[in-house]
Amino acid sequence: MAVAVGRKASQSEDLRNLNLSGHVGFDSLPDQLVNKSTTQGFCFNILCVGETGVGKSTLMDTLFNTKFEGDPATHNEPGVRLKARSYELQESNVRLKLTIVDTVGFGDQINKDDSYKPIVEYIDAQFEAYLQEELKIKRSLFNYHDTRIHACLYFIAPTGHSLKSLDLVTMKKLDSKVNIIPIIAKADTIAKNELHKFKSKIMSELVSNGVQIYQFPTDEETVAEINATMSVHLPFAVVGSTEEVKIGNKMAKARQYPWGIVQVENENHCDFVKLREMLIRVNMEDLREQTHSRHYELYRRCKLEEMGFKDTDPDSKPFSLQETYEAKRNEFLGELQKKEEEMRQMFVMRVKEKETELKEAEKELHEKFDRLKKTHQDEKKKLEEKKKEIEEEVSAFNKKKALLQSQAQQAGSQPTKKDKDKKNSSFT
Amino acid sequence: MIERPDSVVGSISRNLDGYVGFANLPNQVYRKSVKRGFEFTLMVVGESGLGKSTLINSLFLTDLYSKEYPGPSQRIKKTVQVEQSKVLIKEGGVQLTLTIVDTPGFGDAVDNSNCWQPVINYIDSKFEDFLNAESRVNRRLMPDNRVHCCLYFIAPSGHGLKPLDIEFMKRLHEKVNVIPLIAKADTLTPEECHHFKKQIMKEILEHKIKIYEFPDAEEDEDRKLIKKIKERMPLAVVGSNTVIEVNGKKVRGRQYPWGVAEVENGEHCDFTILRNMLIRTHMQDLKDVTNNVHYENYRSKKLAAVTCNGVDATKTKGQLTKSPLAQMEEERREHVSKMKKMENEMEQVFEMKVKEKKQKLKDSEAELERRHEQMKKNLEAHYKELEEKRRQFEEEKMTWEAQQRVLEQLKLDASKTMEKNKKKGKIF
Repeated sequence: MAVAVGRKASQSEDLRNLNLSGHVGFDSLPDQLVNKSTTQGFCFNILCVGETGVGKSTLMDTLFNTKFEGDPATHNEPGVRLKARSYELQESNVRLKLTIVDTVGFGDQINKDDSYKPIVEYIDAQFEAYLQEELKIKRSLFNYHDTRIHACLYFIAPTGHSLKSLDLVTMKKLDSKVNIIPIIAKADTIAKNELHKFKSKIMSELVSNGVQIYQFPTDEETVAEINATMSVHLPFAVVGSTEEVKIGNKMAKARQYPWGIVQVENENHCDFVKLREMLIRVNMEDLREQTHSRHYELYRRCKLEEMGFKDTDPDSKPFSLQETYEAKRNEFLGELQKKEEEMRQMFVMRVKEKETELKEAEKELHEKFDRLKKTHQDEKKKLEEKKKEIEEEVSAFNKKKALLQSQAQQAGSQPTKKDKDKKNSSFT
Repeated sequence: MIERPDSVVGSISRNLDGYVGFANLPNQVYRKSVKRGFEFTLMVVGESGLGKSTLINSLFLTDLYSKEYPGPSQRIKKTVQVEQSKVLIKEGGVQLTLTIVDTPGFGDAVDNSNCWQPVINYIDSKFEDFLNAESRVNRRLMPDNRVHCCLYFIAPSGHGLKPLDIEFMKRLHEKVNVIPLIAKADTLTPEECHHFKKQIMKEILEHKIKIYEFPDAEEDEDRKLIKKIKERMPLAVVGSNTVIEVNGKKVRGRQYPWGVAEVENGEHCDFTILRNMLIRTHMQDLKDVTNNVHYENYRSKKLAAVTCNGVDATKTKGQLTKSPLAQMEEERREHVSKMKKMENEMEQVFEMKVKEKKQKLKDSEAELERRHEQMKKNLEAHYKELEEKRRQFEEEKMTWEAQQRVLEQLKLDASKTMEKNKKKGKIF
């Protein structure tokens, strides 16, 4: 229970039982409540799970004495899909918004491993929608159209032997999420003695596999008895029919065979009346309540725990929702900041790396060119040396020439002017 | 593929061809509510001596306040207290846990500034308790201790509202259902009362105080009744703990020398109207309005403060329609895209810079290459020049040497000839 924080001590915390000296009038409270509910209207959502052709639509029509929409499905569906339709019904002054969800294609595939998944997903999606609404800051729960599944009618094929493995697997996946009411469909194909064995087999298989089906409540004295007696007949063997046959002087819903007429509402023929009684007339409100207070709470708890919310800290002080949100939010923001930092750091590192790389390349380049320069200078030097060489040779030669010339002149042998000129000219 | 029931499209109406039985739903609801029991918290506020305790005892026909459990006027402390007493009363199979909250000391000091604050704090703390209980991960059945109705007692001055009355109601009207009552109405004559009521309603309208409003009824006769009640607001009440015999009948009343003021006589006061309205017809509605309006107001304000922490005001409006968890999800997504953008930007800048640097490097490499090439060319040119020079020189040398040889030869020849001639005695 929530603990109040710092409440002023009250005078009398104990609950006093007082007697009234007259008629006060608060015994009208239940009526006030009922009036309000009736004005608002009621809401009920049924999920029908069963193979194609097992009689789901017919049974719905029979239960609610009307023709709901829908063409019969084919066996060619590639997978299981859920089809939901809502109807507005009214009986005396009571308005009911009924939603029937059908599993189209259930049991038709060769590989049925994943058949249960769309069903579980659908149920969870409705819980999620409600949870989201409940968690909104500005919410309107009192006129929220409740789409959560209140009852799941599981149609068992009338093989007469036992449950199919698909049935066990599916029911096991659904039993913690929805109120399962198992029914034997097309029960007019099973003989009476086989039926009894079939029912026992089914119930024992359910028990041994730990499948939790919906328990009709026996805690209220007004309904305890009827619920107890009816429970014995589970799973209900039903027959559905929208066609009427004349029996005696009345028209009744029935199926006509050459060997007799199966009357839907005859309790000796099938358990249809029991199903209607339990599902609609006695326990509809309980089914809705169980969905809300048990299955939905379980979903909510798991979802919140998944997101990391918890109720108490080690000191056993309950967290207020704000604190939890704030804490979560801060954690979350911290995470985001960390990620940002990480990314930045990574970039800084990359930049550094690249810088070093480029610097290296630059260095190499400079080195290369330094080498080239050196080579170049060496070459230049060599060139200079060679030049010097040549110049020396030239000057040596010139000296030699000049010497020879002067010698020639001194020697007096007059080489002809022509030769002199020749010599001279060759040096220009 | 999962389809959700399309409530936007609207559900289809269907007529029933026979009795289905969900008209029994209201009975199921009735049963369950009786089993659960009911709770109601009523707050009484007013100066001491206005007959609050007596009125409560008269309303519930029991000794809620007695010698052992004195009323608020007997328990005045130095500061305004807010105290509660819980009683369990039963009637017609219906159990009601009634909590009466009173405020001894209210309005009785010389300086009454902020005497409403403890009241506001109390109401808020009850809202907070409920919010915390509702927000837990593990929720159990939550007791509803929120204040469902506040009876505000106005002193029968006959003139108008006191400043304290106006101040109190203004501060409380958005937190709780306020029902103003004229206390000790047997001190006013019918005309005075009528005038007083008109004045009060005028002032309430002037100050935009929202007192509890009766919801409109569906049927005409109820609507007429409600209209009549509304005309008599605020209700002028008289309470009494004593039973007096009047004309052979035992009635609750106050004995005066001039007659008996009967509590339950509609011509003497509006007590009956109050009792009928508060207990017999609108108790459930008071709870509903508290839950759907006042509590939701409190909750949305509280949660908006938490989740919009640190977010700028321009964003807050859109966020109120989301649950805080969804909001965190969105924030996370926003952040992821922001990070991506940032990453891209940084990446771009990085690439650009790298490109730049690389380009620069390339350019300087090219430049250096060019220069190197040039220098090489230069060198080669020089080499060639030098080669050319050398070649020329060599050529010259060779030619000159050849010439020299020729000359030498000539010389030799000439000297030979000269010798010859000398010998011949021609030259001297």
